[in-house]
Amino acid sequence: MTDLKEKLLSSFIAFENQTNIDSYVHDIRSEAIKQFESIGFPTKKLENWKYTSLKKLLNNDYSVLPQLNNVLEFKDIRKYLIDDIDSYKIIFVDGKYCSHLSETTHEGMDICILSAALSQPKYELIIENYFNKIANDDGITSLNTAFSNEGAFVHIPKNKFVEKSIQIIHFSTGNESSLMFQPRNIIVVDENSQVQIIERHQSLSENKVFTNSVTEIYAEKKSIIDYYKIQNDNLQSSLIDNTYVNQERNSTFSMHTFSFGNELIRNNLNISQNGQFIETTIKGVTIIGEQQHVDHNTLINHNKPNCNSHQDYKGIYNNKSTGVFNGRVLVNKQAQKINAFQSNNNVLLSDKATINAKPQLEIYADDVKCSHGCTVGQLDKNALFYLKSRGIPQKEATALLMYGFANNILESVKIPEIKTRINHLIANKLGVKIGFNL
Amino acid sequence: MLKINNLHAKVEDKEILKGIDLDIKAGEIHAIMGPNGSGKSTLASVIAGKEEYEITKGEMLYNNNPIDELSAEERAHKGIFMSFQYPIEIPGVTITNFIKTAINETRKARGEEEMPANQMLKLLREKCSMLEIDRKFLSRSINDGFSGGEKKRNEIFQMAMLEPTLSILDETDSGLDIDALKIVASGVNKLKTKTNATVVITHYQRLLDYIIPDYVHVLFDGKIVKSGNKDLAIELEKKGYDWIKEEINN
Ligand SMILES: Nc1ncnc2c1ncn2[C@@H]1O[C@H](COP(=O)(O)OP(=O)(O)O)[C@@H](O)[C@H]1O
Ligand SMILES: [Mg+2]
Repeated sequence: MTDLKEKLLSSFIAFENQTNIDSYVHDIRSEAIKQFESIGFPTKKLENWKYTSLKKLLNNDYSVLPQLNNVLEFKDIRKYLIDDIDSYKIIFVDGKYCSHLSETTHEGMDICILSAALSQPKYELIIENYFNKIANDDGITSLNTAFSNEGAFVHIPKNKFVEKSIQIIHFSTGNESSLMFQPRNIIVVDENSQVQIIERHQSLSENKVFTNSVTEIYAEKKSIIDYYKIQNDNLQSSLIDNTYVNQERNSTFSMHTFSFGNELIRNNLNISQNGQFIETTIKGVTIIGEQQHVDHNTLINHNKPNCNSHQDYKGIYNNKSTGVFNGRVLVNKQAQKINAFQSNNNVLLSDKATINAKPQLEIYADDVKCSHGCTVGQLDKNALFYLKSRGIPQKEATALLMYGFANNILESVKIPEIKTRINHLIANKLGVKIGFNL
Repeated sequence: MLKINNLHAKVEDKEILKGIDLDIKAGEIHAIMGPNGSGKSTLASVIAGKEEYEITKGEMLYNNNPIDELSAEERAHKGIFMSFQYPIEIPGVTITNFIKTAINETRKARGEEEMPANQMLKLLREKCSMLEIDRKFLSRSINDGFSGGEKKRNEIFQMAMLEPTLSILDETDSGLDIDALKIVASGVNKLKTKTNATVVITHYQRLLDYIIPDYVHVLFDGKIVKSGNKDLAIELEKKGYDWIKEEINN
């Protein structure tokens, strides 16, 4: 078995041969593969990766340029969609765009795919302006950049309220025993426009899947973006999800991340506030068990005055699962009069579960309001007794308490159907049948 | 209905109940009075099945069956209810959500169908109006930010919804002003039937003007030291607990 890094490096030429060598992104990709070659995969020696090891994950012999093997029908994917809302759908199967399951548009806006945007002259300018402009050049992101060719491409021009939400789902069905995917999404929302996006990665087989995803999101002046990530893949799948957000003046961005599935999840969420009067909300609910591992690594960069950021992550850890919360808030010198709130609360349901929480506030301005709190607790025995004394059995009572614990994160979810779905997933994850959504 | 014989219980190696005897029959109301720290709440919790208390001696028979080994939820399914002296705050879980779950889990355990939604709604409405509770209250999180009085009213509301056979009301009067006390007491009286029983734990005689007990027991240092009828409560109110202490010492 060859080393994964070597395999990726040697596959790069084969990958490039499938794409347009003359394109603008060719140079970017070539730079990126060099960068990946020199840095490689992150190791625990890096401060930011101290609690998350990729060692086991990298030990599989992945097919790094997976082929499309199966044809999916709507009935195969239906349960992974929020199917009771009218929405645009950008569906990928084994890294390839699947048009018959998708619902895209070019009418007054572009809700389509990256490969099309990369190959058509009319998108040249926007690609030059936005492709790989805010993504980092760390090893893992560079790897994605080198292999970036497909993913969602969303461009909403000025003054548009996009009524239907957009669902971006990457499925894998591959027949090979281990598969690696590098989806790349670009979301550009121009001045005074509004959009809601739901993203999901889902494996439909029992094969090992390693997804290294990068999404660049540009919130231009006065735009409003609500983004939801549903991370509920099977235990053979692992996900490194790198999201870079650039916010301009008066924009509002929210991200809700629901992490219940996967063997390993690492979320790198980097947000940069580049104008005044910006609102940023990032929230997450993590509920895991077995030997699952979820790592939230967030960075909010306050570069300008008069902005707010609100961060609230809740985690419930059972069995031998491990969690990491590494939340960095950086308030630069000129970012006066900002409010930055950060909260991270965790419950350990088993004494073999662990959480490493590390809030980091770095404040270089003097007139700011910042607060952060971090708690790790166990199930409240008195509350449990209270519920049980009303006839609610142990398991259901625990679930109800955990639901109550995480519930405030759901309050800010604006799409009721997502809320219902998440409630369902939570009940499922906690192993109960009671309907919480009353 | 509930027969307690020579019950001893301890927590963290500290003996709190030191030989309790009680015999509660259907249709009766018993009052348990006693100074702070005498073990009233402990007795209530032991009957309701709180696990941290260990029964070291004696037995509890509920409808002639021992209940010592049953979990709190199993006791609730058999119709035992305790109104908490200090109701627990549970943010994020609404009262409706909670009570619906409680009713349906209880029905499930009894082998019954879930309560149909419209019937549930009707029941909620009925009990709210009986206890003069604003229905907005139902969508609030359990006891979260409630005043003392609201918490106690919420306890009785749950009792009204669950219709238990044996209700133990632990200091339900504390924190209630006189108007609220009357409403709660009249609720308890309305729920009273020939087939259920009520144990009222209280500090003050005041509540017993509204909920008239058949028997009054005085609990002191983990033992019932005196039993009588409602006149005992009046005497206690007049003479204070020191009188009991002296009587024991003599
Ligand atoms: N969980 C507990 N752990 C330790 N001591 C307890 C516990 N519960 C009760 N006690 C002690 O038992 C005694 C009786 O308490 P309690 O039953 O609450 O009395 P009452 O309700 O009559 O005021 C007190 O001394 C109290 O401190
Ligand atoms: Mg007490």
